[in-house]
Amino acid sequence: MKTGYYGKYGGKYVSEILMPAISELEKSFNELKENKNFQRDFAELLQKYVGRPSPITYCPQLTKELGAQIYLKREDLNHTGAHKINNALGQALLAKRIGKKRIIAETGAGQHGVAVATACAKLGLDCEVYMGEKDMERQKPNVFRMELMGAKVIPVSSGTKTLKDAINEALRDWSSSVETTHYLLGSVLGPHPFPEMVAYFQSVIGREARQQILEETNRLPEAVIACVGGGSNALGIFKGFLNDEKVKLIGVEAGGEGIETGKHAARFADSETGRLGIVHGTKTYVLQDKMGQIMNTHSVSAGLDYCAIGPEHSYLRDQNRASYTSVTDQECLEAFCLLSEKEGIIPALESAHAVAYAEKYAQNLNKEAIILINLSGRGDKDIFEVKKILDAG
Amino acid sequence: MITYRERYKALKTKNEGALIPFTVLGDPDFKTSFEVIKTIIDNGADILELGMPFSDPIADGSTIQTADTRALENGIDIFKCMKLLKEIRKYSDIPIGLLMYSNLIMNYGLEEFYQKMDAMQINSVLVADMPLEESDEFVEIAHEHRVDTVFLVTPLTTKERLQEILGGCTGFVYLVARLGVTGARQDLQSSTLELIKRVRPQTDLPLNVGFGISEPEHVREVIKAGADGAIVGSALIRKIEKNLDNKEKMIKKIGDFVARMKDGTRA
Repeated sequence: MKTGYYGKYGGKYVSEILMPAISELEKSFNELKENKNFQRDFAELLQKYVGRPSPITYCPQLTKELGAQIYLKREDLNHTGAHKINNALGQALLAKRIGKKRIIAETGAGQHGVAVATACAKLGLDCEVYMGEKDMERQKPNVFRMELMGAKVIPVSSGTKTLKDAINEALRDWSSSVETTHYLLGSVLGPHPFPEMVAYFQSVIGREARQQILEETNRLPEAVIACVGGGSNALGIFKGFLNDEKVKLIGVEAGGEGIETGKHAARFADSETGRLGIVHGTKTYVLQDKMGQIMNTHSVSAGLDYCAIGPEHSYLRDQNRASYTSVTDQECLEAFCLLSEKEGIIPALESAHAVAYAEKYAQNLNKEAIILINLSGRGDKDIFEVKKILDAG
Repeated sequence: MITYRERYKALKTKNEGALIPFTVLGDPDFKTSFEVIKTIIDNGADILELGMPFSDPIADGSTIQTADTRALENGIDIFKCMKLLKEIRKYSDIPIGLLMYSNLIMNYGLEEFYQKMDAMQINSVLVADMPLEESDEFVEIAHEHRVDTVFLVTPLTTKERLQEILGGCTGFVYLVARLGVTGARQDLQSSTLELIKRVRPQTDLPLNVGFGISEPEHVREVIKAGADGAIVGSALIRKIEKNLDNKEKMIKKIGDFVARMKDGTRA
């Protein structure tokens, strides 16, 4: 297999201009992931700065409600409130090691941007975050958070003025600044080595979760469920269970207003628009029109509102090692309220997708079966948006 | 169809370099785009470099992305691009190089696409988001259909990599004048001239320099340094952008600009 591929998915589809940066990154990553000092520094940051390990939490009320044993992996308890910080710190540490003093990043809802701004403040790196104008308007508190931590937020006014365009602009910046700058990509997407590297930094989730669930219950879960935008939290937790063949791995995409409406971000759900394609440097399932133009996506959750899924997910699906499904905005909102009411945990709208599917999935299980949900982030950022929707009825 | 070889041979006897204007097919709309391209040809273009609009052109700057968006919003798609190419071919036998994004080709069908390029007498295809590493299949099929393949070389390209890239090029070599994506700018960096001097002894293929060429003086400098041609994109597209409400003025500005830039290719 060619390097950077998962079966037929992945690769590095970028301009020649970016190739020196990509090659340097690949080489540095391969060296550093074997480097004991680097691993120690990263582990120490995760422990003392992020607050890892994040616990798993048993949900008695939800268990009663759904009819299977429900556990949550609490990435919402990390510093900055989501799993994104794991990758941000890992890559920032790597960038610092290879002498890059400036970090650029893209962000949609702002969670990744906040994580990157945090990592840069902590490690003393310059930080510039590209964010669509529309998203800046929708996510003002996150813009201010980034600025408080010394990051510069650059508005993107091209194209759809959202995440997809922020990635285009970040790649453009990187094309002219490769010598001094590291592009800190936020998900298991983009050209190789990003998908592999981001999964590596997020795999701590699955490693911890497997050990924790065994310690607490003495057995493995029936299923691990996670939401999938690009798919970094899902891959992070799946990695811990890949070799446990009996554990079902289930990714939940954003069904938006319903697959039939075309307003969704479910790359695997709609075979007409979700096809093999190449976007932002990687070959994978991409939502595109008949002519091969990349489509605009929709989800109530900004973090899942993206046109492509990480290439390794496409591969795991082909291998029948993971399966993928989707839930609608409406189902997500109901799960958002359910978890808040029953367990006192307000989930991110992204993570609420996983909770919503767990609800459906539990119906076919016996009472003793364990479902482990990756609660990838907390929902404080979403409460105003949710209130607006609920009030509108 | 005139081949690249024929075109450069003829230019050499006149002691001229090649002026290679770039526009986006269908920018701002089908009809105007055809007028623009005819004007470019009539005012001294030696070769055309034409791009098919893509929703996410990561290798292009904002000027070209905006042009892509304009074309797409006016209903241009790959079939209309091909129709426009046919019209252009009827009008002129000028060599045409295409600039593509890989998803458009993959979606159309690799084999079908290059077959079509051959049938339409397109000289070469450069895939903007495809480095040599990913290109084996594309190159093989392109060559089966007698379509030349073009790759980029940048100031950061290492010596070893340069040899590999030159091995993949058949039409010409595209030298990137500066780091970064396409876009007009003020002065030419010395790294550009150094790059020309570094690559010149390594190949007999024509060397065309692009990215940021916006003045006749830039053209003159790169030709003097040993390049065979200069590619002018964003500076030209800006003439379209600035005159969207006055087509007559747009055509006049473009004609004047191309003629002035062509002067730069004459020693």
